[in-house]
Amino acid sequence: MSQQDPTPTSRRPIHAGRVGLLLLVLAVLLVPVPTSHTPRTHHITIDASQFEYSPSRLAINQGDTVHVTLASSDVVHGFFLDGYEIEHRVEPGISQEFTFVADRTGKFHYRCSVTCGPLHPFMIGELVVGPNELVWRASGLAIIAVGAMLAGARQRRSV
Amino acid sequence: MLLSRAFQPVSMLLLLVPYTLAVTAGLLGTSAGNRNFGIVFVWIVWWAVLMVLLVPGLGRAWCTVCPIPAPGEWMQRRGIIGGVVKLRGMGLRWPRRFRNMWVQNAGFLIMALFSTVILTRPSVSAAVIVGLTGVAVGMSLLFEKRTFCKYVCPVGGFIGLYSMVAPIELRVRDAQVCVEHRSKDCITGNENGYGCPWMVYPGKLGRNLDCGLCTECLKTCTMDNVVINLRRPGADLAQPVPGKRIDEAFKALIMLACSIIYPAVLFGPWATIKEWAAIDSFGGWLIYAVGFLTATVVVVPGLYWLAVARGHRRSSSNLTVRRAFNEYSHALIPLGLAAWIAFSVGFALTNGSYALAAISDPLGWGWNLFGTRDVAWTPYLSGAMPFIQAAILVSGLFFSLRTSLKVGLRRDPSGATTVQTTTPIAAFLLAATLILLWMYLG
Repeated sequence: MSQQDPTPTSRRPIHAGRVGLLLLVLAVLLVPVPTSHTPRTHHITIDASQFEYSPSRLAINQGDTVHVTLASSDVVHGFFLDGYEIEHRVEPGISQEFTFVADRTGKFHYRCSVTCGPLHPFMIGELVVGPNELVWRASGLAIIAVGAMLAGARQRRSV
Repeated sequence: MLLSRAFQPVSMLLLLVPYTLAVTAGLLGTSAGNRNFGIVFVWIVWWAVLMVLLVPGLGRAWCTVCPIPAPGEWMQRRGIIGGVVKLRGMGLRWPRRFRNMWVQNAGFLIMALFSTVILTRPSVSAAVIVGLTGVAVGMSLLFEKRTFCKYVCPVGGFIGLYSMVAPIELRVRDAQVCVEHRSKDCITGNENGYGCPWMVYPGKLGRNLDCGLCTECLKTCTMDNVVINLRRPGADLAQPVPGKRIDEAFKALIMLACSIIYPAVLFGPWATIKEWAAIDSFGGWLIYAVGFLTATVVVVPGLYWLAVARGHRRSSSNLTVRRAFNEYSHALIPLGLAAWIAFSVGFALTNGSYALAAISDPLGWGWNLFGTRDVAWTPYLSGAMPFIQAAILVSGLFFSLRTSLKVGLRRDPSGATTVQTTTPIAAFLLAATLILLWMYLG
């Protein structure tokens, strides 16, 4: 009867570790990233040709206005921007113009939406709208997973 | 249903219909891949179903119904369903030195080197499918049973590897029953079914890798001792890797390396690399091939070897580094599979709508069989895709880390050196995950 159950005290560090881990994960997922960017307007000419866009990668910030002049230098191409669902078709010699506000952050592919040859499904460019929180948050989660796993193993050993 | 002799051949026969259509469309249809049934149904629909649903959910289920070995197997059996007969063919045994995954590794690498051409040129895609079928038939005439599937098929190799993650398994209820059962019908066969076509003794079956889920042993076992179990996903990964061979570890490393290279080449913004991979010029392709093979066969396996060796130095184990390299290779499997799922989900949801047009006009000749020929290309979930891919990759890392710790604890049950031995491997897995995350999201 006088014997005490050691479980509650020995598990205390593990419980504390789990709570700490949960808080860390929530912080990585939810803490907003501060931005002090003044929105600006970009005038960008995108040239489409088999099977690439030039420029193939654009980097802007959230809130920026993007005015695109889309041109084709060989056959009919399309332009579809993932996440923004913007779609345009462009014929050689007849450029298309459109404007959008980059209100969503992250990396978005722009891809050809008109069959233009064998590599058509892989005619892809990238628009990165900063701050690219998702990649940082996902990377943070990956690092936490490694740290937590190793810390858990160390703690289990010491307990 | 699984006990019926008709189950497997009828499934294969049904799949021979889209198989034949895919080959016909590849050889005779339009050269625009995204309008050709052969490309759309093989490399968008089948690939996605295989990597996203079948392999993680049902393991080697595809090998159960795959039509490629069917003609050869039916020639051996002198019929499609029928009764059990003496197998025809020379029945040679596969050379001992090749009873491993090296031929599959080489075959996969050769296919991967030409994959951009294979998955964009319908005629090449059809030629590859017909070629694989021809090799399967030829090997069925020369070698015993499913030698092609077990030792040669470049697809079967990685299906087997990743099937170890699946939540189902074919196993015996009680291994002792098998030991005491003298006639071993599962090996010799009986009037109910053939001896294991995959040349496996179910009594000693410990991992999904070796079992083709052909269901013959379910039919032949007179002791009712063979069952299909539901289990915890990835249960095989905690099992020891048998033998000293490193072919299986290399398979896992090659697959992980390819899961990084493919999205960079195909989904990246670098048109020059795409052109090299598509063999626009021989010189460009040569640069690509050298880079691809160096990365898959030298750099990634070399870095992993260094990680294992560094951890091994701190362990109390008396095993060799080679053995540790082999043992810890199971930790590569969840992340590798997750990377392939992330790749396949992105590709399928972006391009899946081509299937609606292709099913109405499979050859691209202007038919409109089901009224869907003119359905416009529509990418699905394009806004949510980065979140989906991030979740898949981080989950894959998590399960890989768990596996590495389990392997570490198995090798050193006291846990005294587990953290030291697994830290470099965890760093390797983390680096691979970060590269993948930055490629998809960064």
